[in-house]
Amino acid sequence: MSGYRPEGIENAFAEDGAPAPASRPSGELPALGVVGWLRWGWRQLTSMRVALLLLMLLAVAAVPGSTIPQRPQDPSKVVEFFDDNPGVAPWLDKLQMFDVYGSVWFSAIYLLLFVSLVGCILPRAKVHWIALRARPPRTPRRMGRYPAQGARVYAASYTPAQVADAAAAHLRGRGPLPRFRVEQGTETSAGARAPEGEPGPVHVVAAERGYLRETGNIVFHLALVGLLVAVGLGQALQYRGQAIVVQGRGFANSVSAYDTFSEGPWFREENLPPFTMVLDDFTSTFTDDAMPVAKDFTAFVSVTDPAGTRLETIKVNHPLTIEGAKVYLQGNGYAPRLTVKDADGNVTFAGTVPFIPEDQVYTSRGVVKVPDVVTGEQIGLVGYLLPTAQLSAQGVRSLHPDLLNPVLVLTVWTGDLGLDDGVPQNVYELETEKMTQARTADGQPVTLMLAPGTTVDLPDGLGTLTLDDIPRFVALDLRHDPALTWIAIFAFTAIGGLMLSLFTPRRRVWLRVSTRSDGDGPARTVVETAGLARTDDAGLQPEVDALLAFLDTRDPAPDDRPAEDNPTPDDSPATDDLGETR
Amino acid sequence: MTTVGEMSDLLAWGTASAYAIALVAFAIDLSGRLGVRSVAREKALAAATPASGASTVATDVVDPAVRDTTSAGAVSEATARRAASLTSPWKAWSVSKPLAIAVSVSWMGLALHLAAIVTRGFAAGRAPWANLYEFILVGAFFAMAVFLVVQTRWEIRFLGTIVSGLATLAIVVALNAFHVEAAGVQPALQSYWLVIHVGIAVLATGIFTVAFAASVTQLLRDSRDEGSPMLASRRWSWLDQVPTAAQLELLSFRINAVGFVLWTFTLVSGSVWAEDAWGRYWGWDPKEVWSFVIWVVYAAYLHARTTRGWSGRRAAWFVVVGYACVLFNFTGVNMLFSGKHSYSGV
Repeated sequence: MSGYRPEGIENAFAEDGAPAPASRPSGELPALGVVGWLRWGWRQLTSMRVALLLLMLLAVAAVPGSTIPQRPQDPSKVVEFFDDNPGVAPWLDKLQMFDVYGSVWFSAIYLLLFVSLVGCILPRAKVHWIALRARPPRTPRRMGRYPAQGARVYAASYTPAQVADAAAAHLRGRGPLPRFRVEQGTETSAGARAPEGEPGPVHVVAAERGYLRETGNIVFHLALVGLLVAVGLGQALQYRGQAIVVQGRGFANSVSAYDTFSEGPWFREENLPPFTMVLDDFTSTFTDDAMPVAKDFTAFVSVTDPAGTRLETIKVNHPLTIEGAKVYLQGNGYAPRLTVKDADGNVTFAGTVPFIPEDQVYTSRGVVKVPDVVTGEQIGLVGYLLPTAQLSAQGVRSLHPDLLNPVLVLTVWTGDLGLDDGVPQNVYELETEKMTQARTADGQPVTLMLAPGTTVDLPDGLGTLTLDDIPRFVALDLRHDPALTWIAIFAFTAIGGLMLSLFTPRRRVWLRVSTRSDGDGPARTVVETAGLARTDDAGLQPEVDALLAFLDTRDPAPDDRPAEDNPTPDDSPATDDLGETR
Repeated sequence: MTTVGEMSDLLAWGTASAYAIALVAFAIDLSGRLGVRSVAREKALAAATPASGASTVATDVVDPAVRDTTSAGAVSEATARRAASLTSPWKAWSVSKPLAIAVSVSWMGLALHLAAIVTRGFAAGRAPWANLYEFILVGAFFAMAVFLVVQTRWEIRFLGTIVSGLATLAIVVALNAFHVEAAGVQPALQSYWLVIHVGIAVLATGIFTVAFAASVTQLLRDSRDEGSPMLASRRWSWLDQVPTAAQLELLSFRINAVGFVLWTFTLVSGSVWAEDAWGRYWGWDPKEVWSFVIWVVYAAYLHARTTRGWSGRRAAWFVVVGYACVLFNFTGVNMLFSGKHSYSGV
């Protein structure tokens, strides 16, 4: 279970880090029981190789969701796809290609990936926990084989103990958290291993830093697990409702008040915060270009909840939060207020009808269904609202989304609206199967054109139609996901862990100080130091150089320093492994 | 009288011209290195032979022949050893006249580039990265800026041909195919998240570009070292002068590591913004799908390079695939699929 090593190269530190995976002699297949096979499977699943394979699979498996229409995102496109590809579509449907991200196979990949991740990261966390309490590795006897090195020779008056103390203080640093974990000690020079001419004890300092690298790595991976769990919980507890609200009207926050409502399996209706909302006003501003672009949408609403009534605004990008639920402004348009009277003067329809904008200039399509006629056939009106109508040879079109010269253009159908069959209907579509279009004597469809405040006669003595005024409507989307805070916490924790694991240098620095006298010469304090990094580390040699420079500043008698043994700093070349030019 | 927007377009053309000149100069510099076999490289190759094939680098290259030393005099000896094994191949990249010109012209181009972006921002009255033309313009800027800044610290000027070539191509394509007049943006884009989310995404793309150049060079160098017949000719002998495949792998990793963190932040900041603007933090919009795919590919890369049998060449191919996904996400996703990320026509 030691294969999972995302952050670095396991060479330099392997000597006392996690043991390398035992290589199995090939061709030899021991008899495995059930437990053995399970163990083998678990080992495979938690191996880095399989994690890598699952990551690649995950990337490939995510792609079809961008090329094939998806039901959760756009169900109408899926229907369209079925119409265009009647041969392939049912097969794709069997493969769950129209809901890739909820499919069994996609879920299997990411769940296996997360199981693999947990199976790897928990043992690693344990290893790291032990490593966090471990002492820095012993100071090596020979410094020559390490990638970063340095040496100094001082006069004997700067004793080895003083040097070691200074080095330890420098490596620990002055901050509240130690830069390095430092251990000081002495070694006796007894025994055959002691080099010639090393009287007295040898002072050694061993220091290690960068434990946060592995900590960050573990935190990152655990945060991803937390993220997945939070997202899953949010999916189970969330709810979402859409409502179209016309200016001056309102709605109460209850399931039945929404045009559409969807909820997670653990949602309870009593969880809905009690409030009502009235759309007082809606403003929009557009540029005055040939192709007007929206600059701002603002809905002004009054919210009434147990605490009282207050005025709020909702803008795009600025949802209104009510007791954890967020209300979004998702769309807007015009909802003409219409009155239909029959030939006898009975009001058969009175109310607002949202017309759905279809382009940038709010050419809006809508359907008026008049089922409650006193006598005769039911009436259906279909047509467009043109906010700024311009008449030309080609017909009428709208120039601007504002109501500068609004005209309602409708055609008239009579017959059976089909509302009594009990089959749910789209309120924005007219089922014309059992209806006939009203036509003029020369066979052209009758077209009614109305400006606000005008009344026109319906054809064939059906009565009159009045356009009273044109209020606005907004499409509101109310959503509550109780896991949002947790999702955000885990996501940002993951980023933090990732940065620590990728950018924390892990280094070891050793120092060995002894008093030596070569032959007849005076006794001297000889310092040797070496550095080792877990991964390639451009800052390793500078770390060693800085340590020696600090030791120089603590020399009580810098003038007595034997100059011939100390190279000036300029002699040491740039030694960064990436050829850093310094 | 030209408007500020037109001035920005002129500056963008000027930038493309400067980068094109730099590209030619970088290429001339490379051609000047053909057939030059440096002594340092021979030494480095000889030293690397026992460990060839592995991507593990440098820090543990311990030469057993080097006698352990205990005296203060060890410094110079150790220094000599390090110089032979690692440093000199990088140092061997001497400064030729074309190279000096290439770098100077690149800096000049970068200044023009910055001016083009700033004037664009003034003309539109917002952060200048809100449509495809601007993404590409700013992405190319970040790629060149990262390259030029990094080459002041590390010797990576051999990447100049690839990076300036990509930048020139990007700007010319953007000006010809995706150019739109500078204008304001719709309400959904009026957010400081436009500055943060899109800015970081474009920066990450620039960084991935430089890392991609390093990985491509790594693959070429590795193939030549392995004796690939396609790369054996004198035409490719400049590869002998670039750092070893292992060093290039390391360079690519360092740059990609920064890019990956920024890409992670792109996903997270995008989710925060989507939660506010669209009422969901993640909705598998085509752009989101491909951003996710990119993230997973680069995550796979980070894992691959530490997996036995996957490090080195194979890991470098992940970078190539990942960068292809980045480019596709940048351009193809907007042109082929309709989604919530399509704005300003494309």
